[in-house]
Amino acid sequence: MDISNYIYLSALLFTIGAIGVVVRRNAIVVFMCVELMLNAANLAFVTFSRVHGNLDGQVASFFTMVVAACEVVVGLAIIVTIYRSRRSASVDDASLLKR
Amino acid sequence: MVTSSNLVFLIALPLFSAGLLLLLGRIADKWGHIFATLISASVFVIGLIEFFAMQGRDGEARAATQKIFEWISVGSFHVDASLLLDQLSICFVLLISGVGTLIHIYSIAYMSHDHDRRRFFAYLNLFIAAMLLLVLGDSYLNLYVGWEGVGLASYLLIGFWNQKPAYATAAKKAFVANRVGDVGLSLAIMIAFTQFGTVTFAGVKESASGASAGALTAIGAMLLLAAAGKSAQFPLQSWLGDAMAGPTPVSALIHAATMVTAGVYLITRSNFIFDASPTAQLMVVCVGAITLLFGALIGTAKDDIKKALAASTMSQIGYMILATGLGPVGYAFAIMHLLTHGFFKAGMFLGAGSVMHGMNDEVNMRRYGAIGKVMPITAATFGLGYLAILGVPPFAGFYSKDKIIETAFNAGGTEGILLGGATLLGAAITAFYMTRVIVLTFTGTKRWDENAHPHESPFLMWAPMAVLAVGSVASGFLLSSGSALVNWLQPVVNEHHEHHAEEFLPPMVVSAMALAVVALGVAFAVLKYRTVPIVAPENVSAFTKAARKDLYQDSFNEAVFMRPGQKLTSGLVRTDNKVIDGLVRMVGWVIQTCASSLRIIQNGYVRSYALIMVFGVLALVTAVWMVTL
Repeated sequence: MDISNYIYLSALLFTIGAIGVVVRRNAIVVFMCVELMLNAANLAFVTFSRVHGNLDGQVASFFTMVVAACEVVVGLAIIVTIYRSRRSASVDDASLLKR
Repeated sequence: MVTSSNLVFLIALPLFSAGLLLLLGRIADKWGHIFATLISASVFVIGLIEFFAMQGRDGEARAATQKIFEWISVGSFHVDASLLLDQLSICFVLLISGVGTLIHIYSIAYMSHDHDRRRFFAYLNLFIAAMLLLVLGDSYLNLYVGWEGVGLASYLLIGFWNQKPAYATAAKKAFVANRVGDVGLSLAIMIAFTQFGTVTFAGVKESASGASAGALTAIGAMLLLAAAGKSAQFPLQSWLGDAMAGPTPVSALIHAATMVTAGVYLITRSNFIFDASPTAQLMVVCVGAITLLFGALIGTAKDDIKKALAASTMSQIGYMILATGLGPVGYAFAIMHLLTHGFFKAGMFLGAGSVMHGMNDEVNMRRYGAIGKVMPITAATFGLGYLAILGVPPFAGFYSKDKIIETAFNAGGTEGILLGGATLLGAAITAFYMTRVIVLTFTGTKRWDENAHPHESPFLMWAPMAVLAVGSVASGFLLSSGSALVNWLQPVVNEHHEHHAEEFLPPMVVSAMALAVVALGVAFAVLKYRTVPIVAPENVSAFTKAARKDLYQDSFNEAVFMRPGQKLTSGLVRTDNKVIDGLVRMVGWVIQTCASSLRIIQNGYVRSYALIMVFGVLALVTAVWMVTL
């Protein structure tokens, strides 16, 4: 199996994630799309680890997973708080920083 | 040359008195005027003592000096604050303190109803101190201090009744016109310093003989400008008429007898510069001749008695300036006319003040008439001053003015005829306007306001007038008998009796001509003013209209200097507002516009930030890709 297919898949997943972040209003979905982008990056790391024949990329993907786990904790907490106060999880409604 | 330790008291006493009276305030109200008068009298006594001490010394050794302190000491440049009392200064010291004391006495009565009499006397003493410093300084720098001091005193006294805006404006006008002249004096000092490295009279005199003609002419011209400012000479003459806003004793002391003659003193003192520069001398005689006619013409149309006398002062100082421009022969006659003028003009001003005092401060001569009957002493003293200014023998003006006319004719050639003609014409016009003053004020019919109750002034006022009248009668004879003043001043002005050889006209002929034109002027005035309307007639000749408006001197100054000056300043303000401020504002505007166009992207939507970030990353990746390709 050609190794470049993994790279194509990673790029596809990243693109889907990026488009999701830009076009979706629901904070949960946006959040999931961010996770998708992170996982696409992980896939690329693992693929290149295989290509180069060392473990550097796999170590990096572990770091990404740890950071993603932390981010989920903080991010979900924020989203839940916003939902509680505004009765909405739309990211467009949370635009108070502009003013 | 001897040293004397008394000279400093001439200045210190009145200066101390002025400071004391000003600082003590109302506490000194009761005795301030007496104190100031005593101080002035004691200055006169010191002056007399010094005068008699000088009499006891020989010609060259008569001058006395005193070093007060070292003023400036920079490298090789030293200026001492030191005083020089020589044959020229002593004339001024006696005139200033003598006439000054008389006017102090007069002012006690004249200002008795004024709330601020003490302040008035403080200013008078300040003036005496400054004027004495002016004539006693031994260098141009010391003179300059006194020069500015009298300008300040003059400003304070013209604007003494500054609750009236017109008077305050007159004071400012005098100050500004004087400043123009002062610039001339400071430039003259600077040129003298760069050329000669010294500013003392003795030092400049020593170096002047070897100096270039251009430098001497420049110094002379600048000194003439200074003299024109202080002495109200053409083209800086416009302030003197308005200066009559001050109390009448001030007009008598400062604007007739002493301060306005400072220009004559300056030129006489700088005789070594003018003698070495014929161009500068020519400028001096031109200014003198123009002013003597200018002032006389203005005098013919003035209805305000003080302004008529002020115009006369301008004209008489024109005679003196003209005389100083005639070289060594003229200085002594200029000083002689200055001294006799000091007597008769101060006397006439005090007479005018006396009339005003009795007439509720009315100054319009058309509202006078027949005052001679109710104020006989004033009329008599004024009349003696009148005869003196006309130059009727044997009154003072005859000896001084005729000498100037004679010297002008003797200048030789066309210049002599022109100058002599101008002085003769001036004498005729002088006779006309002074007769007009006499006729309108003292003779004829009553034209008083119903509320006016003229009465003779108190003793304290007529006594000084009487003393000055005696001076108007006798001073000319005393000063000229045996060429007393000419010989006295000879060491200062280097006059040598060589001019008698080339007389254009014999003195008798000149005197006869002068008397003839004076008689004409008097007769014309008497005939013209047999009846005097109370309101000045409107349908008069263009000439009279011009003279009433001071020959358009103010209009000229306004059109040529004031309005363009205002335009210049408003133009500069506009440049500052539009160009300078515009540039600064433009920088702000550019930043603001850029910032507000960038602000659009800060819309608060997370998704658009994310999109921008995506584009940013894409751009970055593309850039890296392009570079590595």
